[in-house]
Order: sequence, then C-alpha cells, then structure tokens
Amino acid sequence: MATAPAKGSPQMASRLSGTSLTLAYDQRVVAADLNVSIPDESFTVIIGPNACGKSTLLRALARMLKPRTGAVHLDGSVITALPSKEVARRLGLLPQTSIVPDGITVADLVARGRYPHQRLMRQWSRADERAVSEAMRATDVTELGDRIVDELSGGQRQRVWLAMALAQETPILLLDEPTTFLDISHQIEVLDLCADLHEAGRTMVAVLHDLNQACRYATHLIVMRGGEIVAEGEPRDVVTPELVRQVFDLRCEIIQDPQTATPLIVPEARRRVTASA
Amino acid sequence: MRPAEETAVPVAGAGGDAGAARDRRGRPAILATGLVVAVGVLALTAMASVALGARGVSFGTVIDAFLAPDGSNDHTVIRELRVPRTLLGIGVGATLGLAGALMQSLTRNPLADPGLLGINEGAALGVTLALGLFGLSDPAVYVWFAFGGAALASAAVYALASSGRSGSSPVRLTLAGVAFGMVCTAIASAILRMDSQTFDRMRFWLTGSLAGQTADTLVRLAPFMAAGLVLGLMLARPLNTLALGDDAGKALGVAVNRTRILTGVAVTLLCGAATAAAGPLWFVGLIVPHAVRAVVGPDQRWVLPYSALAAPVLLLAADVAGRLIARPGEVQVGIVWAVIGPPIFIMLARRRRVAAL
Repeated sequence: MATAPAKGSPQMASRLSGTSLTLAYDQRVVAADLNVSIPDESFTVIIGPNACGKSTLLRALARMLKPRTGAVHLDGSVITALPSKEVARRLGLLPQTSIVPDGITVADLVARGRYPHQRLMRQWSRADERAVSEAMRATDVTELGDRIVDELSGGQRQRVWLAMALAQETPILLLDEPTTFLDISHQIEVLDLCADLHEAGRTMVAVLHDLNQACRYATHLIVMRGGEIVAEGEPRDVVTPELVRQVFDLRCEIIQDPQTATPLIVPEARRRVTASA
Repeated sequence: MRPAEETAVPVAGAGGDAGAARDRRGRPAILATGLVVAVGVLALTAMASVALGARGVSFGTVIDAFLAPDGSNDHTVIRELRVPRTLLGIGVGATLGLAGALMQSLTRNPLADPGLLGINEGAALGVTLALGLFGLSDPAVYVWFAFGGAALASAAVYALASSGRSGSSPVRLTLAGVAFGMVCTAIASAILRMDSQTFDRMRFWLTGSLAGQTADTLVRLAPFMAAGLVLGLMLARPLNTLALGDDAGKALGVAVNRTRILTGVAVTLLCGAATAAAGPLWFVGLIVPHAVRAVVGPDQRWVLPYSALAAPVLLLAADVAGRLIARPGEVQVGIVWAVIGPPIFIMLARRRRVAAL
C-alpha cells in the first residue's frame, strides 16, 4: 500500500495541483486564490458543507471549469494547454450526473471509456479489450455485461460508471460525489471499491458528503468552507471538534472508529437519554 | 404491390436477429451483414423506382434502355427522368436520414428532425430568395443560399430554445423549430405570391418533390451531399462519447465545441443540399433514425450508416407509391410523407419516453 507523505510536507510529490485559483460561474465567484496539491498515490477526499465550493474545485481540477485566474497543472503543464485526449489518458473523472444512452448494454458503456485511447484509423485493439474486461472484473460487473444499463439498480449502475472510468486507465481518477443517491450498503460498496483502486496504485480524489466516511477512507483530507481550504492533511491529524464546529457549525464529540481507528464524529444530542460514560 | 412493404421487411428482419443476439462478439458481424443487406435492399428499391411509374414500362424495356438505348420515348423517360430522379432520391434520402440521426444525437433530443426543427424550411427560404428575388437558377449557386438559410435556422432555433432560465428541452427545441419553420415558410410563400412565374416553377418543389430536377442538378449538388455524408459519418465516435453527457464526454477527451460545430456544419451541408434538390421534407429524418435505433441500439457507429441507408429506401418507396396511386398523374413525395409520417410520429411519441435519449 502506498504511504501518504507527511502532512504539509512541501516536498510531497504531486502530479495534479492548482495555484491561485479563482473559480466562478458567470458572475458568482465561488472561491478565490485557492492553492491545492493532490499528493500522488493518495486517496484524497474533499469535504465541506453544501455550497462550500468542493465540487467546483474538483471540476476545476478535472478541467471541466476554466479558472478565472490561476491555473491547474498536470505533470507540470497547464492542463487547459494540453490536448484534451492527452489529459484523458492521465486523468479520469466520474461526473456527478451522466446520461445513460437509451438501450445501451453494460459492456458497450464500459467500452466507451476507451475513447481517449482510440484514433479514427485505429479503432478497437486488444489493449482496449483487455482494459474493458479488467475494469469490469475489478468492479464486479462482468456478469452484467449484456444487461441494459437502464434496468440496473442504482448501486449496480454506479459500479458500471466506475468501470467505464477505470477502462480509461488513468493513473489519476476524480469522483464527484460518487455515493450520492445510493443507500448505505451501496455507498460502502463503492467506497471499498475506491479504496481497492487506491491500493492498486491509483491516485483517487473524491468529493464526499459524509464526514465519517471521509475519515475512514481518505489518506488525505481537504476540508473546505465558504470557498476556502480550512484544513488539509491526514484525517486523524486534522479532524477535531473545533474544526467540525468551525466548518459545519456542529457541536460534536470525536471518538475512535472501532473498526478502523479513524476519527468518528458523534454529533452532540440536544437531550441526553442516557448519561455518557 | 406497394414497394414500401416489400422493402421494409428484410431490413427489419436482419435487425431483429441482431437484437436477439446476446453474444457481444457476434453482434458487430451481424450488424455489418445487416449493412450489406441494407445496401442490397436499397439497390432493389432503386430498380423498382426506375421500372415503376405513371407510365407503364415493361422490365425488358428497362433493361434495354441501359444496354441498347434506341432513343424511343420509353427509353428517354427512363434514362433522362427516372434514373436522375432515383439517384436524387438516394442522395436526398441518405442526407436527410443522416442529418436527422446527427441532430438527434447532438441535441440528445429524439424529436430532432431537420424539418421539425425548421432547418429545411430555413434552407427553403434561402432557395426561394435566390430563385424568386435574385433570379439565380444554377443549383451550385443557390445551394449556398440553402446553406445560409439552414445555418441561420439552426442558430436561431437553438438560441430561441435555450433562452430563458429553464434551458433547452426537447419540447422547447421542437416548439421553437416548428414556429421558426412556419415563419420561414410564410415568408417564402409571400415572396412566391408576388411573382406568379416563379411560383409556378417552385410550388411542387415547396411541398417536397423528387420530380422536375435534371441530372445536372444532381451532379452539381452531389459534392456537397458527399462532403456532408463523409463528415457526418466521421463524427460517430465523438458523438457516442458526448452522448454520456457534456462532462463525461469532456472527461473522456472529446473536444466538445469542435464536435458541436462540425456536426452543425455536417447538418447544414446535408440539409442545405437535400432541400435545394427536393424542397423541404419533413419526417424522413425523424422517423428513420428512431426506427434504426430501435433495431441496432444506441451506438452511433451503426445508427449513422444505417440511417443513411434506410432513409433513401423509404423515400424512394414513398416516391414510387406517389407515382402509382394517382396514375396517370402523381403525388409528390412530400405529400406522401405528410400522410404516412404523422401517424408514425404519433405512435413513436406515445410508445417511447420522448424525453429520453
């Protein structure tokens, strides 16, 4: 397993970073002067309250949103200056919403992840075939290959989208709220899969809503509020009752997750039913 | 016997087999075979279009007209009227079928059709201006007016549909297209009313007709059609990827704006040339890609070529039917389509979730 570099270490290697980013939709500025580096081979989770700019930051890192000022760098080059297909061979994104073409099969959808590796004259190769079957095996959708995507459950469908992103074979994979709309068991299933992919050597970056899940899975946490990065580092070093109060306006107690020894946030109850130990 | 029925069956049959086949590796082979079958069906329909018409001509005479033309009336009809008309039908059908498929894919709107979205009407207005006001009669010249009208119509309808807060939806796009198309048609009619000579020349063209065009028209428009067909077919893979959503498409490395613009150029070339040749035709570009998707699935690498092959089969069949049902006169193909198109359209709209693509 890849070891996360020491927190805040200025020497930490980073293929993907943003400097002095001002991010805006039309006239509304969401974040100003953001500096962020994604540690290589980390499982970075961006977290924060609604409308804090976490998805916006991820979209900027994935070149979906052009920063008004500043730049996102991938391997030392400004990401928007690189050919789009070239970027797509190094950095993948699972967007928050995607469209399932009517009547498409699982295998065909996963195969569309091979687009950046194909040319007009070199369409489907053995490497494509191998990447698709490996992606389907890793996400456990091989058995669903001939099924119509529309007919799958939400959890299965999210695994199929992940398979598509995996077939892209990028060393960096960005996920925008991959667990939204899933019930708890499917959330854990998707996050476990992400953890497996991280252990296999990929750099994973995800926007998540659930702070406890973020603490459990992240090797590197980026905590945002109001368009600013409030804290950054390993969850056990970063997550404190003060931070949770500052970021989420929530009084809480932090205990150790009995399963993983990571921080577990227990919100303060308005009325205590039983006395705490 | 109605050729439409004869010819529709083999295509559907081949596709039905493909739909049943669950083996992923076998499917491309079946679909490729289906394409060859579709070419054969198109050839048969073309033969029917040459042989059948208001004027009864025996099959032997048709053969003779090619092998040993003797300058007789029958031979002249076949060589100078029916063959160009048939080739025009193939060209117009292929362009409209492909244009419809491209538009449906680009807008993710199953109701997109060059006629329904006002693009053919825009092109027709361009042609009317060229012929009626400026007196230009060279198809290679007035086709540019058709391109101008088509491009203007696409831009106007798209802007009209996506203005306001809710953005562009299939229904808004269609409403904007129909409204804009009516405005174009009204202006074109007004221009023609002012000039009875041009009106006489153009009134058949305005309802959509394959008749009355010479081989020369075809030769002059063919390069534009061919360019549009090649460009359109080359866009299958980026359109496939963009079908997953703008973000997903971009994340996979599609140059989103370039793909949109190139598709717009292809649609303009296809619709402009088709309208310059045959007038504004509705429904061909709507129904054919629909039916094709139901058979071959959502992969544009198959949808696009199948649409370009199936549409001329149906257009020629309708044209032949128009020649046969009103003997010794004939009904323009635009009217035949106006009769058979709407019921099919309503059926599609009722059967499928219209908003989904």
